[in-house]
Parts: sequence; structure tokens; C-alpha cells
Amino acid sequence: MHHLSTPPSRERLLVIGNGMAGIRLVEEVLERAPDRFDITILGAEPRPAYNRILLSPVLAGERVADDILIHEPGWYARHGVTLHTGVTVQALQPEARRVVATDGRAFTYDRLVLATGSDPVVPPLPGVRLPGVVRFRDVEDVTSMLAQAGAGRRAVVIGGGLLGLEAAYGLVRRGMAVTVLHLMPHLMERQLDAEAAGLLRGALEARGIAILTGAATQEITGTDHVTGVRLVDGQTLPADLVVLAIGVRPRVELPRAAGLEIARGIVVDDALCTSRPGIYALGECAEHRGICHGLVAPLYEMARALATHLAGEAGHYVPSPTATRLKVTGIDLFSAGDFAGGPGSEDIVLRDPRMGHYARLVVRDDRLVGAVLCGDTTDAGFFFDLIQSGRDIDPIRDTLIFGPALCAAA
Amino acid sequence: MTALTTPALVRTTCPYCGTGCGVLGGPSPVTAGDPGHPANHGRVCTKGSALGETLSLENRLLHPMVKGERTGWETALDLVAARFRAAIETHGPESVAFYASGQLLTEDYYVANKLMKGFIGAANIDTNSRLCMASSVAGHVRAFGEDIVPCCYEDLDEADLVILVGSNAAWCHPILFRRLTDARARRGTRLVAIDPRRSATASDCDLFLPIHPGTDVLLFNGLLAHLARIGALDKAYLERSTAGFPATLAAAQQDAPDVETVARGCGLEVALVEAFYAAFAATRRVVTVYSQGVNQSSHGTDKVNAIINCHLATGRIGAPGMGPFSFTGQPNAMGGREVGGLANQLAAHAGFTEAADLDRVRDFWRAPRLAERPGLKAVELFNALGEGRIRALWVMGTNPAASLPDAARVRAALESCDFLVVSDCVAGTDTARHADVLLPAAAWGEKAGTVTNSERRISRQRAFMPLPGEARPDWWMLTQVARRLGHGAAFAYDSPADIFREHAALSGFRNERRLFDISGLADLSDADYEALDPVQWPVPAGQRAGTARLLTQGRFPTPDGRARLVPVRQAAPAHAPSTAAPLVLNTGRLRDQWHTMTRTGEVPRLMAQAAEAFVAVHPLDAAAAGLREGDIADITSAWGRARGRVRLSDDLSAGQIFMPMHWTDEAMPFGSPGRAVNPDCDAVSGQPELKHTPVRLSPVPLGWEGLLLSRRRLRPENIDYWARTPIEGGHAYRLAGSGAAEDGMERALHLLGDDAGRAELRDQRRGIFRCAITDDAGRMLDYLMIAAPGALPDPDWLFTMFASTGPLDSQMRRSLLAARSSGPVVAAGEIVCSCFGIGSEAIRQAISDGARDTAALGAALKCGTNCGSCLPELRRFIAAGEGGRERAMPCFLPS
Repeated sequence: MHHLSTPPSRERLLVIGNGMAGIRLVEEVLERAPDRFDITILGAEPRPAYNRILLSPVLAGERVADDILIHEPGWYARHGVTLHTGVTVQALQPEARRVVATDGRAFTYDRLVLATGSDPVVPPLPGVRLPGVVRFRDVEDVTSMLAQAGAGRRAVVIGGGLLGLEAAYGLVRRGMAVTVLHLMPHLMERQLDAEAAGLLRGALEARGIAILTGAATQEITGTDHVTGVRLVDGQTLPADLVVLAIGVRPRVELPRAAGLEIARGIVVDDALCTSRPGIYALGECAEHRGICHGLVAPLYEMARALATHLAGEAGHYVPSPTATRLKVTGIDLFSAGDFAGGPGSEDIVLRDPRMGHYARLVVRDDRLVGAVLCGDTTDAGFFFDLIQSGRDIDPIRDTLIFGPALCAAA
Repeated sequence: MTALTTPALVRTTCPYCGTGCGVLGGPSPVTAGDPGHPANHGRVCTKGSALGETLSLENRLLHPMVKGERTGWETALDLVAARFRAAIETHGPESVAFYASGQLLTEDYYVANKLMKGFIGAANIDTNSRLCMASSVAGHVRAFGEDIVPCCYEDLDEADLVILVGSNAAWCHPILFRRLTDARARRGTRLVAIDPRRSATASDCDLFLPIHPGTDVLLFNGLLAHLARIGALDKAYLERSTAGFPATLAAAQQDAPDVETVARGCGLEVALVEAFYAAFAATRRVVTVYSQGVNQSSHGTDKVNAIINCHLATGRIGAPGMGPFSFTGQPNAMGGREVGGLANQLAAHAGFTEAADLDRVRDFWRAPRLAERPGLKAVELFNALGEGRIRALWVMGTNPAASLPDAARVRAALESCDFLVVSDCVAGTDTARHADVLLPAAAWGEKAGTVTNSERRISRQRAFMPLPGEARPDWWMLTQVARRLGHGAAFAYDSPADIFREHAALSGFRNERRLFDISGLADLSDADYEALDPVQWPVPAGQRAGTARLLTQGRFPTPDGRARLVPVRQAAPAHAPSTAAPLVLNTGRLRDQWHTMTRTGEVPRLMAQAAEAFVAVHPLDAAAAGLREGDIADITSAWGRARGRVRLSDDLSAGQIFMPMHWTDEAMPFGSPGRAVNPDCDAVSGQPELKHTPVRLSPVPLGWEGLLLSRRRLRPENIDYWARTPIEGGHAYRLAGSGAAEDGMERALHLLGDDAGRAELRDQRRGIFRCAITDDAGRMLDYLMIAAPGALPDPDWLFTMFASTGPLDSQMRRSLLAARSSGPVVAAGEIVCSCFGIGSEAIRQAISDGARDTAALGAALKCGTNCGSCLPELRRFIAAGEGGRERAMPCFLPS
């Protein structure tokens, strides 16, 4: 293309998805190359980007929705960013460097970033579409839940992962009687070992949340509104609200239709580039080296790497260990890295059940590779730094689990 | 000193060593020195000052037990009498025996001896004094014709030269040693130590002769020959008051033709020997103190006589500031000797050799079946027990399973014995575990009677507490059994005073030349007896005052009135080291422990001096055996095996090792050296050679070590190595094992039982495990720490934390699991001053901060300002601070 008579126009950067990945990418690009792109964001939700992680406090009544916006609405214009909310994209047209929305509008681009995130998994259960069965993904979901909430009403949360437990906690705070159903033998098995999960369970039960593990759902009952959940073992739990929180699935329909390579997510290389040059993906929709990341830290790292790349420098996303914290008031949980251990690794374990404290460090080849903390997460950052730095911990091993103060004294 | 004016305080006598200090006991567990007692003038040592802490009923035997089941006195006494009667009727009187103790009061002892020798009709009563005093007794009898200690404590104040031979008085008789150091300060008394070991005493003397073990006879034969050579003998005295000098001198000269021969044989520098001989020759006022280092030898009696020979040959006896002076180990060793507690004595210093003696005792007791020949001495007695020749044995207030040599054989004998009675005040002893019948005895503070100290001073022990449970005095039990055996008329005692009057009367009965005569006290009323002031025997009829010094007139209680010089020759100990057993094991006491620790072992501050049985090893020998400081070593001899924590020390020459005698299986299995010690005895005295056994050392391979603190008294039988010490609020257990740390952890946790609420830390790879168990209120119940061998941290701060009874906060819980004090950590080091709990680190610090003498240390830390028992060690620290421990021992020369 030649623009001989006009000053070189800026490249058009189109971002589909106004979630935490999309907005973080835009921030990173603005920081690195503020004048390089005309930036347009297409968001399906009716409001500007907000911090999805803080939906739990909103549900719990600890915050309101407007509190969790990442930027106030004027921010976009001030930074030359065009934001289209409530726009659902219908098709990608890579050859034309264009995307088409359901309302017929088309948006052209020089570079396209897919930050479409993921959808909650909806299990193929009878009754799953009944009113009163909700997912826990966005502000609208929270609004739906709150519509059913109320003192003395009953909720069943299907899924004892991070999201499900946060939902359960929020609903209990709203006065509901909540039962969490979890298929696996212990809660949050992807983030916690059995012992930490046991402590977590105790802490949740102490807050009035009933937990059933090894609980397989047979069907969701009700005719015009949910009335309960029946388990495979025949047990029936009455419910006015059922929350589905059994996992997420990357949103990949559009790129799949456009012929991009898809595995579980949109396959990207280290520069976050999809199989189609000029089209990038990051966040929960992307699949990098076979892994779809669901936590905020890798998402931010992807945004940094992609923005670097878009700014014309060498940007590479290198996955680093991830950490999880549970955001439930009064329950301090942290897990990071390879907490499962296994052959070739060694555990250092500290437990004080009367104080509700548990810590497990996983060491391999004199390096800290994983950590689970429960009850007291004061030293989480210290451990996470050690995991990320891969520093030799042998000289401080004897005091390691007691945190930086004792290690400095050692 | 307001306490002294409290009328409730009772004047009594300390139950520990033979110094016989007066102490004041109160209704509350408070004790203090008795300023009115002439033995100590109010001073007490570390052990004495902690007496008030030994009065708890923990571990006390409070009820008669038969085969482990509680029973009543009637049943128990009936059974004892029936079994003794059956053995006597079936197998004769010599098939039964009593084994008594220097812990017994004279009245208890008197009744036991009278029952066995007078009415059962055998002389099979011996006592643990056999392990302590027998060679001195035999040496006195050979030299003086009677078991006479001629000196008194004033002689220690009045001497110009005091020679301590085989005596660690600084630790074993601290109050007497303070008298010596006071005399040195006041009048320049010079102190000489003769000992293979640089003990606390040796470190604080002016001249130290680190003699090769077992060469004392050579050294004193050399002295006698030297004195003769330089014309320093008292020929007039020899002529007038002694017999046997020419043969004695000839024997000495054969052993010791010159000083060089002595020096070579004793492993000493010639100059040291010369300095010692010159000092002796030049000083008229010389006291030679001797104790277990002399007595506990296969030639102990000869050693005693070698010493006495020198005093007789110079006439240095029976006058102020001079004489041979045996320091006794036990509170009533002397009292036991007065009443015939030893198998080769009768009663009131009568023997078996003269018909007149036998008649006299027989007549006085109206005892037609009086034993007419000596009975079995301690080691023989337990051999006979093992061989089935003794069918019924009554052990009174002592722990032969731990204290006798060749202890494994003793234990087997106790186990195989047909009928074993143990009367004791404590429930758990290594001996009691084998008993058929346990009889609860009254303890110190509860029982009443008399004891006699090293200077022949009879003092009252008085009760100041009620009898707990069903405990009874030993004399009462013996009397009850005697009555059941049909001897009621001869044992019609209602009180210790009854017994004492009879004992005193016997001592004067047809007494022609024996110096032991207290018949002046035979007519004491009960009230007189109750008020009896300390008094030194003899107290002949018509007299109430005692006699401070004996043999003042050069007349001796022999048929011809002359002392005997006894020709003695240097002879090697019974067993020489070999390639299989290249090291010589020496044994002895610690400053803060008493015997088998049944009393002192329950006091935290007394156990702070040494928490475990240890073996002091020269660095060269340790290296040869592959041992380092803090390792655990097996000490193996031809007779058995003991175990101890290695302490490197150059206080002994290479080739010699030292173990304290105190530990038993109750506190630390195999911690008693008794299992390894050889059973050979002095042919004259029957005293075993506890201080010279060839052994080899080997490391005990360890996979882990642990420290367990618990409110409970446990016996960690499932663990390879353990040692218990009392601490404030409970007990500390040092643990170790050969398996992996995980195994140690499982075993230790097994002891504690399952507790899901315990706080714990595990690092399996490092072999680290720590846990704290608390009660519902968060107060610490147990704490366990497992670590790699040698990696346990200093536990002092843990003890402090355990002593607190409040709930643990989260910081404390964290500290416990981190095994780090949350505050600044100051390691105390080894406790030197038990009274104030001052450790070596603080002392070193104070010295480096400028303290130059013990007074300055006392001002800074209070150490040494109470009982003063640690003053010798404090002086040693100061000397070390000034120029290191290798400073030359000041070697004085006669002016």
C-alpha cells in the first residue's frame, strides 16, 4: 500500500474483547508506543472494562459494580482509544483485514488482537437452562444471582474451584443457605493439596457454607424455575439458585470460522501471534505451548509481551510460575508453582491446626518450585519471588518456611 | 536471716556427703545451713542448698507393694518374715542377707545388724559403704588396731600443708574444701593434689601431681624412703609408739630406691615429686586427706597404710593441724561402721577375731545364735545371690543394680533371686524393678535418728515433715520383721532414742581399749536425745562432751598400745590395659549429683551441670576411636558396656577416660559405668576397684538426635538412646537413634500418643522434625525436636519457654517450630554456678569484660556468692581467661 501524498497514517490496531486482557494490552501499547496505533476496542459487554476478579466482593456486597471499573469512561477518549461497547462480533475476515459485528458494522485493522476470554462451561445436564441457573462470569451474572438472593433462600454452587467458592461466599454473605458441590475429593484441587483444601473446607464450613465433595450432579430440577439439584447418589438438594462454576472454555468460534489454528484455545507463538500473521491472541482465549492460562498474572505478562512486539521490539511471552490467592475475607490461601511435588521433589511442611496454619514448600534440586500457604500468607511474596527467581535455597533451607526475617538472621 | 528466727525451723543434718553439715529444715520446703553446726557453720553446697527442692512426692514409694500390687503393711511384713523364716529353716541362716546403705541412720543400721548377726545368726549384712570406705576402715584397723579417724575439721584450719590424695573435695566435699581454701587465704596453707585427673580440686591446688593410675603406694613409699634418707623421721615417736618400722622402710626402699624411680613409675616429672617430698619433709603440720581415689582400688588398703606410714614415721598424728584424714562419702558411713554395718565387723567396733569380742556382744544382746564368722562382702554377696546361695535378700536404701561393679551380673542375680525385698523412699530404681516386695521408707526430713560424719561427729537428723502415705522408718520395718521372726523381746523399741541408748550402752560394755565409746550418752532421756547437740565420739561414761582429736598421747587401741607401720609394696591394678581394651576407665562424682540421682536427679538446677552421662576423653584417644565432641560412645570392657556423651578433655592423660558414677537406667539406660567396671576387689577390704577398668571406646552410629520436653515422666524404651533430666515444669529427654530421622520421629511421636492438634514442622530430606503439643488453652504439654546428629540447637531458651505455664501465642508457636528464640539468643553454656544458674558463656563474657577474680565475678553475676562450690571452677575460668588453661601449675618449693 502506498500513501504517497498523505502523511504516514497510523496503523490501526483493533482489539476484540474489553476484558482484563484487552484493556491491559492497550495500556501496555500506549506506554510503549503511544503514537503508533489508532486503537479501537470492541466490547460485547455494555460497560467499559472492569476488574473481573472483584466480582466476588460485589456479589458479597463488599463493593458495588461501579467500584470495579478499571478506567473511568473518559479515560478512553483522553488516550485516543475508541471504545465500542455492546458490540458483538459476528465474523472475522482476515483477507479483508476486517471484522463484522452483528449490527452490520465493519471495522478494519492493520493488526488484530483477539482478547475474547472464555465462557463458563455449561454442563449437559437436564434443567441447566432453567431460570435461576446462572453462571458466574460478568456483572450481569452477579445481577442475576442477587435477584435470587435473600435471607433464608437456598443456593447450590456446582464447582468447588476458586470461582465457585467465591460465589458461595458471596451468597452466604447475602444471607443464603449455600451448598457447594464438588466432583473431586477435595476443593480447589488445581491449586491446593489435600491438606490445605481440608483447612479451607473447615474455614468455609465455619462460615456457614456446606460442602459436598465427590458430589456428581444428575440433574437440575424444576419446571419454570429451578427448585433443586439431584445428585447421582439420589440425594436432592432444594435450591432457589444454582450457580455453575465448573470451569471455563476459551471462546474460539470466530477464529475457528476464520480458519485460524485452534486447539483448545487459539494457538499462538511466543510473540502471541496466531497462525495468521497480523492476528494476535492473548488471555484466556489463547493457547500457548499447549496451555490455556486462566489467571491474571500470565495474562498481564502476555499483554506486556504482545505490546512489546507490537511496538516493534522483540517481545516474547515466557510462561512463569503462577500463584493463586483466594479472595474470601478471613481465609488466607496462597498457592504457587508446582505445589503437587512428586518424584524428585522434597517437601518442607509446617502445620499448626489449632492456629489454622499450614504451609508446604516444594523443593527440587535446591530450588523452591512450589508453595501452598493456608492461614498465614504473609510470606507469600517471598516464596513466590524465590520460585520465580530459581535461587539456590540450600543455605537458607532450615529457616526458609519461617519467611524472610528468619532467613536474613540465618 | 529472718528465717532463722522462725520457731518452726528444725535443726537437722544434710543427707549427702560425709561432711555432715547442719541444715535447718522448715515446714515449707525451705532449707538453709545451720550457723550453729560446727561442721559447716551455716554454709551449704549446691546440693545442700537445693534440699528444699527435693522434697516433692514425685517418684516416691508411698505404699507397700507385693509383686507390683499395692498391699497393706501387715501383709507385706508377714510375707517378708515368712519367706526369710522359710529360707533360714530350709537352707540355714547364711542363706539370707541384708544389703544396707550409708544413707541409713545409725539406729536403722543398728537394728538391721543386730537382727542379722545376733538373731538370724549369720553375718550376711553388708552395705554400700563397702564401695566407699572399706579400704580406709581396713587400713585404720591395720595401723591403729581400730577404725579410727584421728583428725577433726579444725585440723584442716590449722594445717600448713594439706595433701589431697584421690579426693575431689572441691566437688565431693565442697564445704570442707572451702575450709581449706579459706585457710590458704588466711594462713597460707599450701594445697597439694595427687590424682590422675585434673579435677576441680587439682585445678585449685598449689601443686598438682597427675599421678599414673594406681601408683599411690609407690609415691608414698618413695616419700617414706626419702624422709628416711634425709633424716626427717621422728625416731622418738617411732620408738615409743609404733611397731613394724624396719620392715616397712625396707619394703619402701625396695619399691623406691630413689626419686627418679618414683617419678618414672608414677609418670611424674622428677621436679614435681621432689617438690612434694620437700614440702612434706619441711612441714610439720601436714594433713593427708584421702578418699575414693585411694579406697576404690584392688590395693586400696595398702594405699591407706602407705599414707599412714608416713604420718606415723614423722609423728605427725594426734596433734593440731596434722594426721591422715579419710573423707567419707556418705552421710552415715561412719555411723554404719560403729554399729557393724559391714559384714566383717560385729558391733561397736567389735570384730570376729577375738573371742572376747564375740562374748561381749553375745552377752549384751542375749543372742545365743550370734554369728561367729564374717559374712559376705558386697561383691561376694551378690555373687552368692547369683549362684543361688542367698535365697532371700533385703536391700535397704541403696541401688546395687547401678552402683556395684559388673552390674550386668548383679542385675541377673537380683532377677534370679528367690525373694527380694527392697525398702526405699523412691519407687523407681534399677534395683526396685526386680523386687518381690517393696517397702516404703521414710525419707530425709521425715525420719529421725543420728548420723556420724567424717570427723566422728554424731549429729541428729530430725523430722520436720509428716510421714507421707504409708512410709515408715527402716528401724520400724526391721523391728516388725524381727518380732514376726520370734525375737520380740530383743526388738522392743518404740523410738530411735530407745535404739540409740542401747547402742551407746553396748559401746561401753566391757570396753577395755576400744576408742569407740559413747556410753556417756547411754542414759539420755527422750528429751535429751531430742535436743542432742552435735558431739564427737568418744563420749565415755560420765561425760557428755565429745573429743575432737584422737591418738594425742601416742597410745593406740592395739594389744601393745603401739601403732603398726605396715610394709606395703607397689602393685599394679588388677587388670592392665590391652590391645582389646587400651583405655583405663576412671569413675567419680559430679559436684551437683548425689549417688544414683534419686534425689538430686529430680532438681532442674542440679541437673544443669550435666544433662547426660558423659565420658571425658582425651582428644588423642577420641581421634583414635573416631569420636568427636558430642558423639555418643560405647565404653566396652570384658564385663560389659556403658554409654556416654563424649566430652573432649585434657584433664586426664591420653589413655585414661572418666565417667560420672551417677546415672542409672531410670535416667539414662547404660549411663551407669557399673556395667563396664571390673569386679576385682581389694583382698583385705573387699572394696571393688571402681576406678580402674580397661575398656575400649567405640562410636555409636547415629541417624538422628532429638530433644523431647514433656510434662510427663516417660520411659522411652522404644528408643535406642535416651536420657531424662528434670526441667522447670516437667522433663527433658535427649533422644538418639541409629535409624533414619523419620524413624526417630515416629518412635518419639509414639511416646506422646496421637494428637491431631499438634503444631509441627517436617523437612524429611534434612531429617528435621519439630512439634509442639498444647492443651485446649494453648499451653505447651510436649515439645519434640528431631535433627541430624549434632545439629540440635542450644535448648536453654526452650526450657525457659516450657517453664512458663501460660498459653503460647502465635509468635511462640512459630519460635518453637523454628527452634529459635524469638528474642536475642544468648547460649548459657554449661551451668557452672548452680545456685544462680550462671553458665560458662556468661562467665567468660564477664571475664573478658574485666572481672579478674571471683569476687568481681560474684559482683557481676552473683556466681559463687551463695554456696561457693563453684569457686574452684570460677578460678579456673579466670586463669583460662588470663593465659589459657595450659598455664604451668605453680610449683612451690620449700623455703
